[in-house]
Amino acid sequence: MNIFSERLQKYCVGIAGAGGLGSNCAVSLARIGIGKIVIVDYDIVSKGDLNRQCYFLDQIGEKKVLALKKNISKINQDVEIYAYDLKLNSDKIIKIFKDCDVIVEAVDLAETKQMVIETILSQMPDKYIVSGLGIAGYGKNIEIKTRKIDKLYICGDEKTEISEINPPLAPKVGIVANMQANQVIEILLDILKK
Amino acid sequence: MKIVLNNREKEITEKNELNVIELFEIMRFTFPNIVVKINGNLIQKQNYKTALIRNGDMVDAIHMISGG
Repeated sequence: MNIFSERLQKYCVGIAGAGGLGSNCAVSLARIGIGKIVIVDYDIVSKGDLNRQCYFLDQIGEKKVLALKKNISKINQDVEIYAYDLKLNSDKIIKIFKDCDVIVEAVDLAETKQMVIETILSQMPDKYIVSGLGIAGYGKNIEIKTRKIDKLYICGDEKTEISEINPPLAPKVGIVANMQANQVIEILLDILKK
Repeated sequence: MKIVLNNREKEITEKNELNVIELFEIMRFTFPNIVVKINGNLIQKQNYKTALIRNGDMVDAIHMISGG
């Protein structure tokens, strides 16, 4: 509990993707008492995910959204989690995130990121989006930032792509996931002010 | 002409009017996935040839970087 819990209880946050960004962002938001979290992903937990994603060894092979729902319920039972095990497309984004106050873009592939962001900007212009762009590698804290373009907020270094020499690692992925969560709270408490 | 691209002033001497593809060429933007806004309006891929950028325009070209 914290002094904001009562206010945060009123809000619903959508999260597209339950990987490194999405799982850590969801857990952070759940810890501080967001009322509802809508989480969407179609992937299953694999061993390689454990270097950065909020899952455990005994969850390997489980659907990510179901494993995440279970993990959050062990942290805060007051959060309502709506878990969707499916691949997003424009129609599904519009339906599933309809009642969310803010949508966190936490998907993996560049083309899916573009689809998510463009669908929300064009079809759901009232929604705030917090996107994660540039999370790979380590160090260079000074290059990790947040940029605002109308209702779209971008967190990350906006340049480092995942590659063999720049794998995604817990520290930087966790920083950006929590920057996204931190930005979500600011939007909810200071801009939307329900 | 002068535009503001990703919050920075940019002088373009090549032309007085550009479409999005020409802007990418001049800027050497080679990313396959870039979200483009001109003066706050989203420009989707199918309109890259027809949407024009003129003197004084504010352009955002947000590079979609894989990793999530």
